[in-house]
Amino acid sequence: MAAPAFKNALVRWIDHRLPVFTFLQHELHEYPTPKNLSYWWNFGSLAGIVLVVMILTGIFLAMHYTPHTAFAFDSIERIMRDVNYGWLIRYIHMNGGSFFFIVVYIHIFRGLYYGSYKAPRELLWIIGVVILLLMMATAFMGYVLPWGQMSFWGATVITNLFSAIPLIGDGIVTWLWGGFSVDNPTLNRFYSLHYLLPFLIVGAVLLHLMALHRFGSSNPLGIDVKGPQDSIPFHPFYTAKDAFGLGIFLIAFAGVVFFAPNLFGEPDNYIRADPLVTPPHIVPEWYFLPYYAILRAIPNKLLGVIAMFGSILVLFIVPWLDTARVRSAKFRPTYRKFFWVLVVDCVVLGYVGANPPDGWFIVTGQVATAYYFFHFLILMPVLGLVERPLPLPHSISAPVLKPAEGKA
Amino acid sequence: MRRLISAAALLLALATAAEAATGPKPSAQHWSFSGIFGTFDRAALQRGFQVYKENCAACHAALMLSYRDLRGIGYQEDDVKAIAAEAKVMDGPNDAGEMFERPGRPSDKFARPFANDKAARAANNGAFPVDLSMVAKARVAGPDYVYALLTGYGPAPAGMTVVDGMAYNAYFPGNQIAMPAPLNPDGVAYQDGTKMTVEQQAKDVVTFLTWASEPTLEARKQMGVKVLLFLIVFTGILYAAKRKVWAAVH
Repeated sequence: MAAPAFKNALVRWIDHRLPVFTFLQHELHEYPTPKNLSYWWNFGSLAGIVLVVMILTGIFLAMHYTPHTAFAFDSIERIMRDVNYGWLIRYIHMNGGSFFFIVVYIHIFRGLYYGSYKAPRELLWIIGVVILLLMMATAFMGYVLPWGQMSFWGATVITNLFSAIPLIGDGIVTWLWGGFSVDNPTLNRFYSLHYLLPFLIVGAVLLHLMALHRFGSSNPLGIDVKGPQDSIPFHPFYTAKDAFGLGIFLIAFAGVVFFAPNLFGEPDNYIRADPLVTPPHIVPEWYFLPYYAILRAIPNKLLGVIAMFGSILVLFIVPWLDTARVRSAKFRPTYRKFFWVLVVDCVVLGYVGANPPDGWFIVTGQVATAYYFFHFLILMPVLGLVERPLPLPHSISAPVLKPAEGKA
Repeated sequence: MRRLISAAALLLALATAAEAATGPKPSAQHWSFSGIFGTFDRAALQRGFQVYKENCAACHAALMLSYRDLRGIGYQEDDVKAIAAEAKVMDGPNDAGEMFERPGRPSDKFARPFANDKAARAANNGAFPVDLSMVAKARVAGPDYVYALLTGYGPAPAGMTVVDGMAYNAYFPGNQIAMPAPLNPDGVAYQDGTKMTVEQQAKDVVTFLTWASEPTLEARKQMGVKVLLFLIVFTGILYAAKRKVWAAVH
């Protein structure tokens, strides 16, 4: 960890007293990274960029938004119509939420496929799950702010979940609301927390990065870096690769922001909140639909709430549920198939969550919920013990040098 | 892969089943403002504003619109002043502490037909005429739905009794709507020689209402084309840079 020699005298002067330049040199420039990362490894840095975009657009929206039940809806429309480029800032923020979840869900599934949560990266994974929880809370409260019909009724449904807690449930709900229904105090505190939580996410992201840089990225082969021949410096190799990925992401993002900005939204949220009119179907944002399906799959309210939170909490113990010695699904032919079943299962859950709970949506939702927990609680531990993994390559460089051995 | 395809087929089947339950789907119309390069047809906007003013505004408010916004549909400043001046606006209190009526100004919001929501209900047999400034955005398949609704009146099918004071509409949820058919052939007098059929009026007023729900639509699409062109070229450069940098590794 010798301090690099900087050419600029001022940089040297500062770095001697405050080694920020050395830090950047080590963590962003030299930082040794496996040479075989695929484009699935782009989504971590993408998520970080989206977080910054969300915070920046959010700060500018906050300059024009009014957190009051009588003015919130109008203030959003004022942003859309009269604030210079307000429509742009708001559509970026609104769709940025959806894209944040798309990016993070891909990031999580990548971790599940390649076993990125396995030792020594358990804490890295756990901090990631904490970030997901913070994101969900932030997104939920942000969705309430425009004070449209879905904002109001979504907030009513979700906060009412806490009433399922025996004895103190109703008290907790009143305490959350700051009154006896979702009303102005609720909107005010949600606004306050919606502004606060993203900075907690930033803090969690810094911890996530610290944990990441302790052992470096995992990689598609799931084997450790054995020496300098297996890794390359982060800059310029991964800065260049991430920049290209960012370009592709921005094309998709701009396509939605400019040409289908309400694609992910509910038309009902352009109707002012009315406590006396319940919409025919109350649905959360798309990224919550799988959890919503799990909640409704179980006929008992308390158990439904437990299952819903359990579906995320189970991720915390994934590093110990997975008993396999091999990280990457590339060398686990059976696990690899079940991984895709899980992906389809989550899509089915999302689809069920978007539809009213009747007919065979109920059965489908229950089967998909059961499968979700079966995958993590039973399949993962058992499969890790019984599955015979394919032979691993000797090192990251080996398959590159000798591509003849196997299809890896 | 086969598993994925069969799952996709299952989803498609589910989607079709769900659609059958929600009644007739509004048929997709051709709109001047749809598509990547879509812009509002100015003549249709102004005709639509005329339909709105003469047919809708008697009951429906458009709370989000100001008269000055009409510059966006091609009116000049003097036209806007004249249109605004037709409205009576309650202002005050003046120095004597009294409220007074004055002619509207471009900076005023569109005048409301009723003083409040209760008055609106009282005058309309208990039904509330919804605010129209957002309606094209606040319904599934917005413009197509509003068009289908406006042209969806007709005699009720045999076996269905329509409650007194309600009208049959094929597209309204429940098929009974408190609003009587709002558009009639030759119901408005177009100045530009356009045929005044119900379909034409519906098309024009929906164009106007879509503009009303998002006056920045044109600016958005025009910027979007430039942004996408830039991003595609820039991403190409980034790809070339990535290839060049990585050439040493492979």
